[in-house]
Amino acid sequence: MSKRSIIPFGPQHPVLPEPIHLDLVLEDEKVVEAIPSIGFIHRGLEKLVEKKDFQEYVYVAERICGICSFMHGMGYCMAVEEVMKVKVPERGEFLRTLWAELSRMHSHLLWLGLLADAFGFESLFMQCWRIREKILDVFEMTTGGRIIFSVCKIGGVRRDIDSEGLKIIVKVLSDIQKDLEEIEPVFFEDYSVKHRLVGVGVLTKAEAHDLGAVGPMMRASGIAIDTRKLNYSAYGQLDFEPIIHQDGDSYSRCVIRFKEIYQSIDLIRQLIGKMPEGEIAVKVTGNPNGEYFARLEQPRGEVIYYVKGNGTKFLERMRVRTPTFANLPPLIKVLQGCELADVPILILTIDPCISCTER
Amino acid sequence: MGIMKFTKVVLQNLFRKPATRMYPVSKRAYFANTRGHIAIEIESCIYCGICVKKCPTHAISIDKGTKCWSIERLKCIQCNSCVETCPKKCLTMENAYTPPVTGSVEDLKESFHA
Repeated sequence: MSKRSIIPFGPQHPVLPEPIHLDLVLEDEKVVEAIPSIGFIHRGLEKLVEKKDFQEYVYVAERICGICSFMHGMGYCMAVEEVMKVKVPERGEFLRTLWAELSRMHSHLLWLGLLADAFGFESLFMQCWRIREKILDVFEMTTGGRIIFSVCKIGGVRRDIDSEGLKIIVKVLSDIQKDLEEIEPVFFEDYSVKHRLVGVGVLTKAEAHDLGAVGPMMRASGIAIDTRKLNYSAYGQLDFEPIIHQDGDSYSRCVIRFKEIYQSIDLIRQLIGKMPEGEIAVKVTGNPNGEYFARLEQPRGEVIYYVKGNGTKFLERMRVRTPTFANLPPLIKVLQGCELADVPILILTIDPCISCTER
Repeated sequence: MGIMKFTKVVLQNLFRKPATRMYPVSKRAYFANTRGHIAIEIESCIYCGICVKKCPTHAISIDKGTKCWSIERLKCIQCNSCVETCPKKCLTMENAYTPPVTGSVEDLKESFHA
């Protein structure tokens, strides 16, 4: 047996977008064990719920994450609405779903860019982020913010999109689709890209199930579970199937995310086609009393929002289980037995959002 | 096959405009909805204090005695709550962002007097 050595990896590391610390136990160049530790950016947002009015807390919930910001606000609102028995108008639900799907596209494009950067393909990284810029412009046009929208509120949404705006979105979507079709062969067929991804970090179907992987990480291992199929918000009226891949390696995770962008484009087209007329929000009176678990599909996987109210304007407890937290055990599993040089790619393929995880 | 595509992309990149903007020569236009900063028409303000209560970050403060409405620009998160609840509609959301900060934080409280 060769000598074991431990390499501390992170929390500050050139390849890591966010602070996670891993102790990598190596035998030569092979990782035999990885011991994670998180907690570098805990902000105490769950405690803050006792100090902030439940309606104002939407702004805090949105700031849990900078990438899936809209869906955090949406998850919190869904949980509180369920407690308060508020029925969001249909148009409000459609608009929420539209922004949620656009967020998924921008998150996946960001991830594809980071992946390209991780395997050293800088121009591909820039191409991905160039496409993503168009979505950010759509956000700014429709909500007024590029990253934090402040557009979701308890009882509905705060801004409407007029038919002119919807037409622009349709046009932008077809532009994006064209751009994506251009870079698709690079991700799917390029020799050097495949060399870095195919067969790296295989997570079998059984392992994904046992370790509780969520989102694209799980679907890449062949389990067809998508929380959107619970038909929350407007998803019940849309026609789609979860995208799955059988191999469970880094390449499958890349393919899944790429195909999910196409799926989101299709969903947004369906949403715009079926967009009902009417109110976008209802007036909310009273305070929440009761508890509820809301589940929704974020770009990274399933997020769980738990909310408990006690009849006052301050909630008693709020809890978020973010997808990255659920994906850490699978990450540790795929790191065992990999090469040291593949560690950055493997950490990236779970699409880590450590800020969400630590709240 | 690959070389054909490659050459095409290279030629396109040679003659295409850059994807980025030549800032500050060409500036990016704001959208009509862009949330940049809060502006007040101080003449119509009645100092009711609703915006102070509704502000989630406590960025706004008023002084009824001296008729002064002030906002701390760095605290404001441009959520639009005050604009939506103002009974006299004297608050508006302007498109342009506030300029970058150069002074100390205490100086950034912007006050408006009637």
